[in-house]
Amino acid sequence: MKKNWLSYPYLVWVLLFIFLPLLLVLFYSVTTRTEDGIRFTFEHFQRFMEPIYLRVLLRSVKLALISTVICLLLGYPMAMILAGNGFKRKQIMVFLFVVPMWMNFLLRTYAWMTLLERKGLLNTFLSWLGLAPLNLLYTEEAVVLGMVYNFLPFMVLPIYSVLSKIDKSLIEAAEDLGADGVTVFRKVIFPLSLPGVLSGITMVFMPAVTTFVISRLLGGGQFTLIGNLIEQQFLLVGDWNFGSAISMVMMLVILLSIGVMSKYEKENEGSGLF
Amino acid sequence: MVKKYRILLGAVLLAAVILTLSSCGQDKRVVLNVYNWGDYIDEEVIDLFEKTYNIRVNYDTFSTNEDMYVKIKSGGADYDVLFPSDYTIERMIKEDMLHKLDLSNIPNYKYIADRFKNLDYDPANEYSVPYMWGTVGILYNRTMVEEPVTSWRILWDEKYSKQILMLDSQRDSIGVALKMLGYDMNTRNLDELEAAKQALIQQKPLVLAYVGDDVKDKMIAGEAALAVVWSGDAVYMKWENPDLEYALPEEGSNLWFDAMVIPKTSKKKAEAELFINFMCEPEIAFKNADYIGYSSPHTEVVKMLDPDLVADKAAYPDDEDLVNYDIFKDLGDYLRIYDRIWTEVKSH
Repeated sequence: MKKNWLSYPYLVWVLLFIFLPLLLVLFYSVTTRTEDGIRFTFEHFQRFMEPIYLRVLLRSVKLALISTVICLLLGYPMAMILAGNGFKRKQIMVFLFVVPMWMNFLLRTYAWMTLLERKGLLNTFLSWLGLAPLNLLYTEEAVVLGMVYNFLPFMVLPIYSVLSKIDKSLIEAAEDLGADGVTVFRKVIFPLSLPGVLSGITMVFMPAVTTFVISRLLGGGQFTLIGNLIEQQFLLVGDWNFGSAISMVMMLVILLSIGVMSKYEKENEGSGLF
Repeated sequence: MVKKYRILLGAVLLAAVILTLSSCGQDKRVVLNVYNWGDYIDEEVIDLFEKTYNIRVNYDTFSTNEDMYVKIKSGGADYDVLFPSDYTIERMIKEDMLHKLDLSNIPNYKYIADRFKNLDYDPANEYSVPYMWGTVGILYNRTMVEEPVTSWRILWDEKYSKQILMLDSQRDSIGVALKMLGYDMNTRNLDELEAAKQALIQQKPLVLAYVGDDVKDKMIAGEAALAVVWSGDAVYMKWENPDLEYALPEEGSNLWFDAMVIPKTSKKKAEAELFINFMCEPEIAFKNADYIGYSSPHTEVVKMLDPDLVADKAAYPDDEDLVNYDIFKDLGDYLRIYDRIWTEVKSH
């Protein structure tokens, strides 16, 4: 393949904005500033191993997993409906699904606050029905809701694009051979859609596990996630070293989960995002 | 052919970038970067300053002292006027981060009441000009809280579970716990700090949320019964919702001062001093105090304000009312311990 001069700007880009910052984060995470200069240390990683921080990591992974599963359960049928033949206004549906993403992410999350508040829309409706108001905002459930709402399109769209490309003759062949609807789905459609499912899972899990805005706005600062912890270290406490160490741990977690997924994907001969 | 188009496209993009960059230089006015607390000025004042002196003001806001300090310290931000609180000013002076002010350029300094001069954080009035002052107390909704609010302990009362808003600010929230336990807000005693941490962790299930400026919307809308607030915000919220009342706890609390300073990184000291002086013009200082509701240290403003407000002990307490009120001091190395306690409370 001949070298294209167009690739150099990308190389410079990668070096300047991806590789160097990563190196900096790594550097900060294994050093500490003392009176007589900078000292190499693992104390930040050690500190992260304290139960209090591990709990935060666990909570982040838990909430992100729950959100991913809900997104999958909601998103797969949605993608099937969109990709199905029975649906005439398909383009409009896909369009409607994407339109909210044009709006600013923060704005959409703020909107949920006014819906969930104690005197918000939902509770006003409940009390109009004569029901007792619920404590909806500032709960773990509200955080999960925020994640599902914001990241659902990232699950639906990759699955939809894979499903709509499945060769219809395969399905017809299965049906000709006497397979019923459930069997066709189990043996043909689902295995073929796996690449889409896997990229959907990664695309939902990654932002969900690192978010700090959703947990702050909808969790009221009570459900510290790993993203909040990192943000706190940089913006509030000014402990860049510890913040960098947490970021490194986070990257490791994501790398591991992607590794597991891509291994699984190879076994299934799929080709997804990674 | 394709390659030609690419080059053309590249040239167009480059031209666009250059045009955008150069258009920034169109405005020839001097730019003054001002960094203030959110909701802490009558924005009209900025326009007035721009028109009067033909200086463009770039106005930015922060939500906690720590937030602002880290940004200035890390060197990424280029600000000319800051509005930190007492203990942060003390810290910045210690770390040689502030310019000494030339008070002859700030003649309006004469309007600042003597009570607000020579305070511990800036004993010789060399670095700062007071902007607003106040206390930290409990704002409560009378329709939801029937008993008299006299003590910080009400924030630990299970009756008000999920009806309590705390400040998302480490010095203030740890300070509240320390005062509730009868300790000094500037304590360096590790046992006392541990007790405060335990108290905050124990309180956490009762807390609806840890909030910043959104406390105002929440309390006005009646979303919570009790909140820890700064006195000036309390005045504003009481205007908006008459059910709200502000109480100063008997255990004592925090007395604070926010003042205007010029960071060493600023290269526009003269303009910055002009701005500080402008903020102390009686008319301007009145506009601000009247708009945001905070207590002004300005002698003329106090005369112009609504007498009812000035008579209100919540807004303008006398020194006699402020027994056991601690002014935050810079904690030096102990700050790390406070940082850690707050991280642990929030992560719990």
